[in-house]
Amino acid sequence: MNTVVHSGAEGFLHRFDGLRARLPGQRLAWVQALREGAAEQFRAAGFPTRRVEAWKYTDLRPVADAAFDEALTILGDGEGLPAPRGERRAVFVDGRFREEHSSLDGASFAVGSLAHELPRLESRLGALARPGEEALVALNTMLFEDGLVITVPAGIAGGVLELSSIASRSERPSAFHPRHLIRLEAGASLTIIEEASGPEGTRYLHNPVFEIELAEGAVLTHARIQREGVKGFQLGTVYARIEAGATYDNFTLNAGGRLVRNEIHAVLAGPKSTCHMNGAQLLRDGQHADTTTVLDHAAPDCASRQTYKTVLQGKSRGVFQGKIHVHQVAQRTDGYQMNQALLLSPEAEIDSKPQLEIYADDVKCSHGATVGALDAEQLFYLRARGIPEGKARSMLVEAFLQEAIEGVTDETARAALEEAVAGWWSKEAA
Amino acid sequence: MPAVAETLDTVQSVTEGTYKWGFETEIEMDFAPKGLNEDTVRFISAQKKEPEWLLEWRLKAFATWQRMQEPRWPAVKYPPIDYQDAYYYAAPKKKDGPKSLDEVDPELLKTYAKLGIPLKEQAILAGVEGAGDSPSEGGRMPIAVDAVFDSVSVATSYKERLAKDGIIFCAISEAVQEHPELVRQYLGTVVPPGDNFYAALNSAVFTDGSFVYIPKGVRCPMELSTYFRINAKSTGQFERTLIIADEGAIVSYLEGCTAPMRDENQLHAAVVELVALDDASIKYSTVQNWYPGDAEGRGGIYNFVTKRAQCRGKRSKVSWTQVETGSAITWKYPSCVLLGDDSVGEFYSVAITNNYQQADTGTKMIHVGKRTTSTIVSKGISAGKGQNTYRGLVRIAPTASAARNFTQCDSLLIGDQCGAHTVPYIENRNMSAKVEHEATTSRIAEDQLFYCRQRGLSEEDAVGLIVNGFCREVLKELPMEFAVEAQKLLQISLEGSVG
Repeated sequence: MNTVVHSGAEGFLHRFDGLRARLPGQRLAWVQALREGAAEQFRAAGFPTRRVEAWKYTDLRPVADAAFDEALTILGDGEGLPAPRGERRAVFVDGRFREEHSSLDGASFAVGSLAHELPRLESRLGALARPGEEALVALNTMLFEDGLVITVPAGIAGGVLELSSIASRSERPSAFHPRHLIRLEAGASLTIIEEASGPEGTRYLHNPVFEIELAEGAVLTHARIQREGVKGFQLGTVYARIEAGATYDNFTLNAGGRLVRNEIHAVLAGPKSTCHMNGAQLLRDGQHADTTTVLDHAAPDCASRQTYKTVLQGKSRGVFQGKIHVHQVAQRTDGYQMNQALLLSPEAEIDSKPQLEIYADDVKCSHGATVGALDAEQLFYLRARGIPEGKARSMLVEAFLQEAIEGVTDETARAALEEAVAGWWSKEAA
Repeated sequence: MPAVAETLDTVQSVTEGTYKWGFETEIEMDFAPKGLNEDTVRFISAQKKEPEWLLEWRLKAFATWQRMQEPRWPAVKYPPIDYQDAYYYAAPKKKDGPKSLDEVDPELLKTYAKLGIPLKEQAILAGVEGAGDSPSEGGRMPIAVDAVFDSVSVATSYKERLAKDGIIFCAISEAVQEHPELVRQYLGTVVPPGDNFYAALNSAVFTDGSFVYIPKGVRCPMELSTYFRINAKSTGQFERTLIIADEGAIVSYLEGCTAPMRDENQLHAAVVELVALDDASIKYSTVQNWYPGDAEGRGGIYNFVTKRAQCRGKRSKVSWTQVETGSAITWKYPSCVLLGDDSVGEFYSVAITNNYQQADTGTKMIHVGKRTTSTIVSKGISAGKGQNTYRGLVRIAPTASAARNFTQCDSLLIGDQCGAHTVPYIENRNMSAKVEHEATTSRIAEDQLFYCRQRGLSEEDAVGLIVNGFCREVLKELPMEFAVEAQKLLQISLEGSVG
């Protein structure tokens, strides 16, 4: 039986008490009310334990026990920041927007710091991510200090924007909870390449929450590369609302961190909207990664596609939970979900829980899951053609992962993901 | 009878507005006082003249049950059950054996007639002296029936024929008296008394059920069968079935149920335990057709059952096949714990929910032994306002090298007021194991319906035909006797769901 985790919650609540007056928006009544409400929710719920069905396979005790007791957020200088891929980039250090490292000039849309924009965000902040539903959203709402706010006006093609987050080297564990708000107005488009990283030896918690609103016909590609440091925790939650004819294309690569949760809640709210959620989890010894998706088909004639792949090395544990909920109005839904895991070590563990909940009759929904080792016959085929075993294995693993990446239509995003996967695998082979 | 005529016949019997098997037989009963406490448990144990160890076992289970909470995780909704407002023991009054069918309580015979039990078997069931000693007519392999009329086995047939092979097939209360060492050795070893809320309740108050022991190397010469009936008003039924297949033994067991129409909801919490030793094979088939409640969702049986098998021996095999068409609420997960190397578990299921029926059913396959394999085929059909959930677990332990599982869950939706849900859990801790899961949800295709209608089938018949096709993979696993009944049941259960 699991014990209820309270210690961690208390630590964060204590931190909130200490920081309260210095958090952004404290002079805004609505922000204050939002934070206090979230604190109440978090106090009542605490960190979810494994007795909570949605957390059956992921134990947050390491996070709760870490005691992030900093009174102030560390403001590092961005040491170890990866080089930019393109022209436009927003940089966050320890969850705070850093203008000196960012390059946002010439963007065809509004983009800026949440802390700065806060007075104008009453209708947006918390519209999708409600503290009462998820303890981690409550935690984020209680303590957020900054984030990125993007508004792409109707009909504008926003191009590619990088969102880089880095944690600073530190002796004491730090925690940061950025809140990112993204809105694409009718017919707008944007590609976001998000990359999160951190130093190897530092224990920290990165707890981002995204609220994404896509109006009629908008198209957002959201490629996420998670390369947190080996002692880092990332507990990320994405909320997306997709209106008629809009498309949300999410790909999440989980390659770093000690304990990682990638949770996505997407609502297909308007007819003929589309959601792609793909991802890969590449795990080494000692890592735990959890991808949890909840996809609501709340309008007719929508389509959704999900492909998630997990590769496990050493004593690692991978989790996939994916739920497709088809509401009664969502006739002619076309939903597909596949999750596959490749176990490369006798000590690895994979837990998978695909789930369909269907209340409409004219639907086509399917899911599939496979779990296993590398196919001995495929290996033999390659070996018989003179390919050394190591090379043959990496070819098969790459092919396995490629299937998920192929689904990403935006070329820049796809190239970034392919590079990240290749980088992980080359380090693995070495 | 040709299939079409038969179908029309059964459909007609339902369109007349009542549940075909919704009758109630009035027979004198012995009741335990209403309510549940330690005294109820002692009363039941005393009625059964049970040994001290079993009473202790029951009391311990009762104490455990009192500390447990009713599970809330199944995707089913029902008003709270008042466990004090039910009778926990009801037995038909025992008379001396009648000399012929003429002496048998005519009410009992009427029940059998409505169930369609042949006269010959009726005599045996009613305990007519001398019946069942002569070989069966027509050269047809007989089915041994252990009829559970409410809680007590009224009669056990073909006992002597089975005894020749050393097979024990009797009521569990009889087994407690006659074979206490076997019962004590196996009872509660597959489903421990504290396993879950309903299993604990059952362990405390179980009144009857079947006991089967197949000795080493024996292939049971006939299908063993139990007809369950829930009869007396407001009695919960708590059967306990225990089947042991010793090394190399083979047995096929049939469980079939119908229940009279009721307004009050009735609780049924059975426990079934199967044990298969080296090279043994058990096939357990169920057709469940308890009263599902009326079209408005009133009444119906609550079917909260724990069924589990342990494949303890090497190369042992357990196969569960179920056709679930009845009950207001079904909560049932026939499972296999695959301990022996190379052991095999199978689960084939058809579950239908119509009107306001709710079903949360599936299986657990726990792979422990090396090279263990399991197959899961689940077909869920939702119509009316029915809610149908497949919930299953495949767990591969680190020891289960080269284990293999294949799971297929298909759901069919008829009408836009119903729901179909799939909740599989896959847990793999062995890299050499291979697990595959597939699930689909769809409705009856327009073109299939059109094709059938164009050839002169009524819409109802067309749906019946398509549904039977959808379930074929499961139905073909049923023994012959059940397959026919099951097909009929599918059609009846979907009555009124189209058009």
